[in-house]
Amino acid sequence: MRPNARTFAGYAALAVAGLLGPLVLPAYTTQFAFLWVMVVFSLTWDVLGGQMGYNSFGNVVYFGIGMYVCAIVQVAPFTDLAEYTSAYGTQDIGLSHLQYYAGLAAGCLVAAVVAVAVAFVLGSGILGLRGHYFAICTLGLGIAAGEIAAGIDIIGAGSGMVTPLYPGEIDARNRFFYYLCFALAVVTFFTLRRLYAGRFGLAINAIRDDEDKAEAMGIHTTRYKTVAWCIAAFFLAISGGLVGNMVGFIDPTDVAFSAATFGVWMVLMAILGGKGTIWGPVLGAVIFHVTQELFWTYLLGWQRVALGLSIVLIVIFFPQGIVGWLRERFPERFGPRVEAASEQAGEPAR
Amino acid sequence: MTGSPNGAMLEAVNVSKRFGGVVANSGISLFVQPGEIVGLIGPNGSGKTTLFNSIVGFHPVDAGTIRFAGREISRLRVPEIARLGLLRTFQQTRVYGRMSGLENMRISIPHKRETLATMLSRFPPEVDEKAERLLEFVGLYEKRHLAAGDLSFGQQKLLEFAMALMNEPKMLLLDEPTAGINPTLINGLIDRLRRANADLGITLLVIEHNMRVIMNLAERIYCLAHGELLAEGAPEDLRTDQRVIDAYLGAH
Repeated sequence: MRPNARTFAGYAALAVAGLLGPLVLPAYTTQFAFLWVMVVFSLTWDVLGGQMGYNSFGNVVYFGIGMYVCAIVQVAPFTDLAEYTSAYGTQDIGLSHLQYYAGLAAGCLVAAVVAVAVAFVLGSGILGLRGHYFAICTLGLGIAAGEIAAGIDIIGAGSGMVTPLYPGEIDARNRFFYYLCFALAVVTFFTLRRLYAGRFGLAINAIRDDEDKAEAMGIHTTRYKTVAWCIAAFFLAISGGLVGNMVGFIDPTDVAFSAATFGVWMVLMAILGGKGTIWGPVLGAVIFHVTQELFWTYLLGWQRVALGLSIVLIVIFFPQGIVGWLRERFPERFGPRVEAASEQAGEPAR
Repeated sequence: MTGSPNGAMLEAVNVSKRFGGVVANSGISLFVQPGEIVGLIGPNGSGKTTLFNSIVGFHPVDAGTIRFAGREISRLRVPEIARLGLLRTFQQTRVYGRMSGLENMRISIPHKRETLATMLSRFPPEVDEKAERLLEFVGLYEKRHLAAGDLSFGQQKLLEFAMALMNEPKMLLLDEPTAGINPTLINGLIDRLRRANADLGITLLVIEHNMRVIMNLAERIYCLAHGELLAEGAPEDLRTDQRVIDAYLGAH
C-alpha cells in the first residue's frame, strides 16, 4: 500500500539520520541533540495546542521543573544540597560512572513524576478556562515559575545551579546525551501516535472541535484535558532533565523557565509544521531548529530580527502549517481522503 | 389533564427558568413514560429549547424538580446527565467538524466508567462495526471518511442522530430533527426515529415545528406558549384545540 510505504520510508530515513548523525558530523552532536529536544517540545505542545485546541504558553514550566528536580536528585544523595549550590559549581562531588548514570535515571524518573503531579494540580485548576483565557493564564504560569525558582535559595536562587560533571571525556558525554535525546524523541513520537489513534486522541479532538458537544455526549472532558497535560508534562520533564545536564548550568529564567525562548518556540514549531498532525510538529521542529542555527551562524546580531520575520512569514503563508498546506495543495498525496478511497476500493462490495 | 404516574422515564414538575426579566419557562410540568414518543411544540420563543437546556443540565433551573429514571437530576451537570442515558441533539447541529464521520461515531461510545486505562485504550473492532452499522442505518456509510464539517446540514443532522444512538441512551431529546432536511428525506427520518424507538427501546421527546411530522410521530404532545404549558393531549385533540391554533396564529 502506498501510504504505508511512504510512512515506512519516512521512519527509515529518520532512524538512519538519527543513529548516524553524530558519527558523520561529530562536531554538531550537541546541535543535533537539541534538534531532538525541539521535536519533543513541539510534539508535546501539540497535544494541547493542536490536538485539543488549547493554546498553552506555560508548557515550559514542566521543562524547568524537570530540569531542577533531576539535578536535585542527582546531587542530593552525595552532598549537602545547600552547600553545593552556594559553592556555585566549585564543589566537585566526583561521581563514579555508576553513581552518575543511576542518578540521572532516577532524576529523570522523579522529574517526570513530579511534573505530572504538578500538571495534575494545575490542570484541575485552570483547564476549566477556555480559549484566550487559558492561553493568558498559562503565559502567566511560565513567567511566574521562573521568578519563583529564582527566589528559592536551596536551588541556587537567581544564580542558578550547576549539574554534576559527567565522569568521562567531552565527546563521549555529548554522544551519550545525543542518543538519550534521540531515544526520548522517538518514544514520545510513538507514544503519542499510539494514543492519538485510540480513545484519548479522538476525545481531545472532540474537545477541540466542540467542547460543549463533547460534554453533551458524556465525555469526561476535564479528565481528558488533565491527562493530556500530564502526558505533555511527563515527556517535557525528562527532556528538561537531559537538557540541564547537557547545558551543565541551570539558570532559572534563561534556561529552565525560559518562556520567551523555549516557551515561544514550542508554539512556533508546531504551528510551522502543522498543528493537530503527528508529523507536522516533527517537521516544524527540524526546519525551525536548522534555520535557527543558520541565523546564529550567518546573521549574528540580526538573528532575532530574522526569527521575528520568519514568524510573520509563517503565519501569513502557512497558517495551517506545512503539513496543512501540503494537504490542501496536494490532497491526493497528503490528504486523509487518499487512505479512505484506497481502503474503500480494497474492500469487498457490500 | 393526566397526572404524572409513577415510573415515568422523565418527569418535570413546576420547572421555571428566567433570564433577567424574561420568563422563559414558568411552572412547566410534563412527564414521559418509558418507550413513549412525546412531542413538544409551540411558537418560536415559547421556551421549548430552554426547557431542553434545563432538563439536560445546561443551566440550573430557578424552581421545580426534574427526575430522570427515578433520580433527581436538576442539580447535575451536562456530562453527568448524559452518562445517565439522557441525551440531547442540538437545533443548530453540532458534530465534531474536523473529524471524519467514523471518528465522530467512535468517540460517541458510552463513557459511563472511565478510568485511566480506558482513556488510553484503543477502540475494539466491535466499536467500528457498530459505528458502520449505524452509519448505514442513517445512510452515511459511503461518506464515513469525509470530515463531518464538510457534510451538508441535513447530513450533519443525520450524523448527530447516529452519534446519539451510538451512545446507547435510554432517552433522547431531539431539538427539531427535521429542520433543514430535504422534504423527501423527512419520511425516511421519521421512519428511523420510529425504529430507534421500537427496535432500540429509546424513549423520545421531540421538539418539532413541522406539524405533519409531529402529528405522525408523537403519541402525546405538549404545547408551550409564552413560557407556559398551554395544552397537552393526543395529536388529534391538539390539532383542533382552539388555544393551540390561536397561539400559532398569534392571538396571544
